[in-house]
Amino acid sequence: MKCDIVLAGVGGQGILSIATVLGFAAVENNLYLKQAETHGMSQRGGAVQSYLRLSDKPIFSDLIPSGEAQLILSVEPLESLRYLSFLSPDGYVITNTTPFVNIPDYPNEEEILKTIRNLPRVVAIDAESVAKNVGNVKSSNMVMLGAASPFIDLPLESLEQGIREIFAKKGEEMIAMNLRAFHAGRAWSERILNR
Amino acid sequence: MHKKLLLGVEAIGQGAIDAGISGVYAYPGTPSTEITEYIQENDVAIARNIHRQWSANEKTAMEAALGMSYAGKRTLVCMKHVGLNVAADVFMNIAVTGINGGMIIAVADDPSMHSSQNEQDSRYYGKFAMVPVLEPTDQQEAYDMAIAGLELSEKTGVPVMIRITTRLAHSRSGVRLIETAKEENKISLPKDPMQFVLLPHNARKRYNLLLGLQERFAKLAEESPFNCFEEGEDRSLGIVCCGIAFNYFRENYPGISPYPVVKISQYPLPEKLLFRLESQVDEILVLEEGYPLVEEQLKGFFGRGKKIHGRLDGYLPRAGELNPDLVAAALKIEKQLPQPAAEILVNRPPALCKGCGHHDTYRALNEVMEEYGKGKVFSDIGCYTLGALPPYNSIYSCVDMGASVTMAKGAADAGLFPSIAVVGDSTFTHSGITGLLDAVNEKSNIVLIIGDNESISMTGGQDSSAVGRLESICEGVGVSPDHIHVLESLPKNHELLVSLLRKEIAYDGVSVIIPRRECIQKQARRKRS
Repeated sequence: MKCDIVLAGVGGQGILSIATVLGFAAVENNLYLKQAETHGMSQRGGAVQSYLRLSDKPIFSDLIPSGEAQLILSVEPLESLRYLSFLSPDGYVITNTTPFVNIPDYPNEEEILKTIRNLPRVVAIDAESVAKNVGNVKSSNMVMLGAASPFIDLPLESLEQGIREIFAKKGEEMIAMNLRAFHAGRAWSERILNR
Repeated sequence: MHKKLLLGVEAIGQGAIDAGISGVYAYPGTPSTEITEYIQENDVAIARNIHRQWSANEKTAMEAALGMSYAGKRTLVCMKHVGLNVAADVFMNIAVTGINGGMIIAVADDPSMHSSQNEQDSRYYGKFAMVPVLEPTDQQEAYDMAIAGLELSEKTGVPVMIRITTRLAHSRSGVRLIETAKEENKISLPKDPMQFVLLPHNARKRYNLLLGLQERFAKLAEESPFNCFEEGEDRSLGIVCCGIAFNYFRENYPGISPYPVVKISQYPLPEKLLFRLESQVDEILVLEEGYPLVEEQLKGFFGRGKKIHGRLDGYLPRAGELNPDLVAAALKIEKQLPQPAAEILVNRPPALCKGCGHHDTYRALNEVMEEYGKGKVFSDIGCYTLGALPPYNSIYSCVDMGASVTMAKGAADAGLFPSIAVVGDSTFTHSGITGLLDAVNEKSNIVLIIGDNESISMTGGQDSSAVGRLESICEGVGVSPDHIHVLESLPKNHELLVSLLRKEIAYDGVSVIIPRRECIQKQARRKRS
């Protein structure tokens, strides 16, 4: 098993919560893991990324070589396009379609979505609406994790357990809501894969 | 032995706790901040009440750590690369005094300048001070080196530097930990009462002692488990890998390396390992993160002998951090061209948060400065440095901690009018107070704006060292109370700030205006917890 994932978003969107769940599941299953994060200046609303590498063999580089990531998992549409050079020829882009506009020259949203839809292998999902439907817009990151989960060779139970762990302090209701969000995202991707 | 997922920096913190430190001393700076934060939240550190408060700057941090070492206890002092410039005075001299309790100086370099003003390579400082330097390859080594480094420090009687770079600092991986943290050292004074007295006659003695130790440091590096030689069949090329560069090399050859390799993680350079490599191969490629320190040493002045490749001859870029792709190119490994970037892509630089108090300050400042023209505002290092970018375009300098105050003073000396400085609360207490004293002593015509958000925000909201006391500090330094103003930095106070700025620009002397409001990120965190 070897899975390289580029997690993308904007500083403050909380992509590290996704990485934490995946990291928990990887450790549960005795996999090797390296996860390079962005800390510092970019966290003030700049483009941020995390390189997450999972493998059953030792991992060397903390950075993913170009053209080798199986997945780009982005919580923001423009950011999903920033790391295409890392994507392997048969890799998938899983992206949220709700834009986070904090720059004056943010490109035309329709154009961005068109570019995304033209990618060869893509799952585009309006994570905010999906999250709202199952409870709270705040769990959109777990929708995105769910949407990515069919592409990652980790047991479903471990991912669910990871979600329970990171929301443990916030109570049962929060855990249940985030699990619902995760499953709604997962169902979305499964529908696309089964088409 | 158990395993824990740790960032490279956290691994250093955990290792230092497990090695029995009695104190960590630091000033926040990316990518070093989380070493101290990790210790601040660690159960063992809390139970033992290990010293773990922030210091005013890196110099005070290192001096306090030296005091703890003098008293016989083990200490860790942490900073980013440019922080070592601030502490360079004490750093160079600790090498000469030596230590009593073991001391690690952990320095996190930031090649590619993700969050920094330059990409200086701290290994040069290690060489400059002539102390051993450890450079971890991965998180496990970062942990092991904190423990081994403190032992090495006590064994040799000098401080040991651990040099780490951004990628390892902020990358997480599983680390095997020892079961229980070692006991702390007991208080004990240095055996030689003159050890720390660097009067010339004694300093010469101590310096000769340090020179005498160099051979021992080299031998220790030679025998270090962190340095090693790996055989390879293809002897057309030999590889020298330093620290994290070893991972990028292995990424390209995950199995057995075709080329002989020397891995370096402990300095001074292990000469025998390097001579062994040189005797076997036709040419040498040096892979190192940062400046071409090793490459220059291997090349020598006249560049005779075998060809040495690296950052100096274009095999690798001269600037910026390494990655697996750059190392593959240096190894002449052909790779498929990656997908081209999407044309629609635009940059997303960091920006001040919505609702940030600095926004209100810049809006007022811009309005006032319209009549004086551009180029008359000096600034400093922190979130407010983003005021150099659109939509603000308010400031014209960001050089080093505290330089806004003194650059404004110098420009005023030159006749620039008005001459304005914008500094944050923590940068002011870090290195701005002495500059203000200079300005007061000469009655320089400057207006100092201290954007006070009561927090060290850019690095994640650490406690600022003089919350609520900035105005009394300024008064104590000698600024007239009539020309010190504090106001809440809110949109409703816009007119007030504009009028204060106008009034104080008109005053011929030192004025201080303190727009104050808690960092909104810190406020949000406080409300959450």
